[in-house]
Amino acid sequence: MKSAFWKQWKLPLILLLIFPFTILLPKFGIINPYIDLVLKYVGINIILTISLNLVNGYMGEFSVGHAGFMAIGAYVASLLTVWLFPRSLGPFLFPVALLTGGIAAGIAGLGIALPSFRTRGDYLAIVTLAFNMIIKSVLENIEAIGGPSGFMGMDKLTSLWWVYIIVIVVVFLARNYVFSNFGRGVLAIREDETASGLVSVHTRQVKVLTFVFSAFLAGIGGGLFAHELQFINPRSFTILKSTEMLVMVYLGGVGSLGGSILGATVFTVMMEGLRTVLQQFGISQEWRLVVAPLLLILLMIFRPYGIMGLREFRFLVPREERPEALASQREQVQATRQTKEALP
Amino acid sequence: MQFYIQQILNALQVGSVYALIALGYTMVYGILTMINFAHGDIFMMGTYVAFFFSTLILSLVVGIHPIFAFVITMLVAMFGAALLAVVIERLAYKPLRTAPRISVVITALGVGLFLENFMVAFKPVGPAPRFLPPLIPAVNYNLGGVTVSTIQIVIIVVSALVMILLDTIVRRTMVGIAMRAIAWDKFIVPLMGVPVDRIISLTFALGASIAAVGGTLYGMAYTIDPYMGIRIGWWAFISAVVGGIGNIRGAMIGGFILGFVEIFTPVFLPSTYRDFVAFSLLLLLLIFRPTGILGRPMMQKV
Repeated sequence: MKSAFWKQWKLPLILLLIFPFTILLPKFGIINPYIDLVLKYVGINIILTISLNLVNGYMGEFSVGHAGFMAIGAYVASLLTVWLFPRSLGPFLFPVALLTGGIAAGIAGLGIALPSFRTRGDYLAIVTLAFNMIIKSVLENIEAIGGPSGFMGMDKLTSLWWVYIIVIVVVFLARNYVFSNFGRGVLAIREDETASGLVSVHTRQVKVLTFVFSAFLAGIGGGLFAHELQFINPRSFTILKSTEMLVMVYLGGVGSLGGSILGATVFTVMMEGLRTVLQQFGISQEWRLVVAPLLLILLMIFRPYGIMGLREFRFLVPREERPEALASQREQVQATRQTKEALP
Repeated sequence: MQFYIQQILNALQVGSVYALIALGYTMVYGILTMINFAHGDIFMMGTYVAFFFSTLILSLVVGIHPIFAFVITMLVAMFGAALLAVVIERLAYKPLRTAPRISVVITALGVGLFLENFMVAFKPVGPAPRFLPPLIPAVNYNLGGVTVSTIQIVIIVVSALVMILLDTIVRRTMVGIAMRAIAWDKFIVPLMGVPVDRIISLTFALGASIAAVGGTLYGMAYTIDPYMGIRIGWWAFISAVVGGIGNIRGAMIGGFILGFVEIFTPVFLPSTYRDFVAFSLLLLLLIFRPTGILGRPMMQKV
């Protein structure tokens, strides 16, 4: 019989066991730098996809400007590590830079959310779009941070194990958020905003907070992205990047963390695989950029909720929420009701 | 003073192109409450049709009358863009008419990106900027220090004619009445015998052909490339929102406002701030008057 201990700690133990490999494998060259890079991209994309899924999938609002938040996170974190922190302390202060970048993006998210959640519908799409464009335009016009030619000088601080830890923390946070009281409010808003207001969900507060949290995560993803490439440029954060995130969300599945992980992984690996395939057949790499939008269109028509739409992996559902737990709860309730009825 | 008159003329030129494209956004939104993000790229495709056709006709038929060449190029571009728009509507948007509204907006975004990237990867087009062959000989007239070119006159006059024509179609003809009826209520109107699907396709075709007119005119004055639909398309979209999306006269006004923003921003700020000014204007307008200049507030039905 499996012990209760094993049942409860299985997942954390497995994750802990994998951790040393994320340090050792790249260090001793067991996986080559290219695979290391792809794995890091997968991690970063998981963070970005979860971030966008919170708004588009769970809340049913529509943001098309998440690359803007990513840009803020990327620039703030890079400016900190290059200008402020001493180079020798860089690796230790890296999480501080990431957090600051995330917080800056979160504040920007607050600035966007407060005015735009007064009405619903296409409004947020237009506002986030404008925001994305404004951020790009502002970054291009500040000469001190490189203007249109971009900003560089960051050390390669994004290592596989950092990405690994941050992805786990982000998934954990997002799971707790989604299954919290607040998260239920988020789901209620997706189904029917007016009705959820009637059952005393503070809709405005829930929407603003979810958006800020999502922007924060996008900022963290941006910081990691910047310290991987060691070079950022306003053109990396255009609407094209936002669309890529949309593809990953809708590929994996709306309203599902497992879907986000799956979508980001499948999409990243597929795009990298396509690079080699096109090279093999001697086709121009430009065709790679045709695939993502085409995939998005086909997905929307044939599978609008994605691979895992509105479903979840078992291990991502809190223990008390799993189907068998819910069933036993129902039985208990019925049992108590029957005993009550049996009483004279 | 002459400087300002010259700039106003330039603003009218740019603004009329924006207004023509904004009409397509606003018509589709009016009838389907859907933001057709691919519209800017349909404008781009229309321009390329004009480019290839005008190159062809000028090399095949020597000594063709410029006005005839111009008119036939424009008609072919209109037809090509309308056909493309109807095909896109039938293949990509129509299956999603009952799906959540977000799906179709995302599809439109995907269609737009697909068209751009396809044109870049497609060898005969490629990413290089191109010029439309000179359809109408450019002659500059000097009127008291203000330079007016024939191209400028053609752009402004043709756009004005098209806008008047469209306004008449929407206000006076049966098709226009059907469009406005569908925009008003989607559930009762089919019961009155209005062929909804056909009218929707027609709206897309009409919007696209007007964008192709804008594209031909634009191509006569500026260089064209596969990504031109992004910038022009977004600016036209802002025009539509500023004027009040769903409102046809609003889109025209919005187009000219954006034309003035584009031309007069470099007078006061470095020209790289153009996007910043335009999108900030959009944000401010959305915060203080979310329905745009001529738009009416939408009622939410519960």
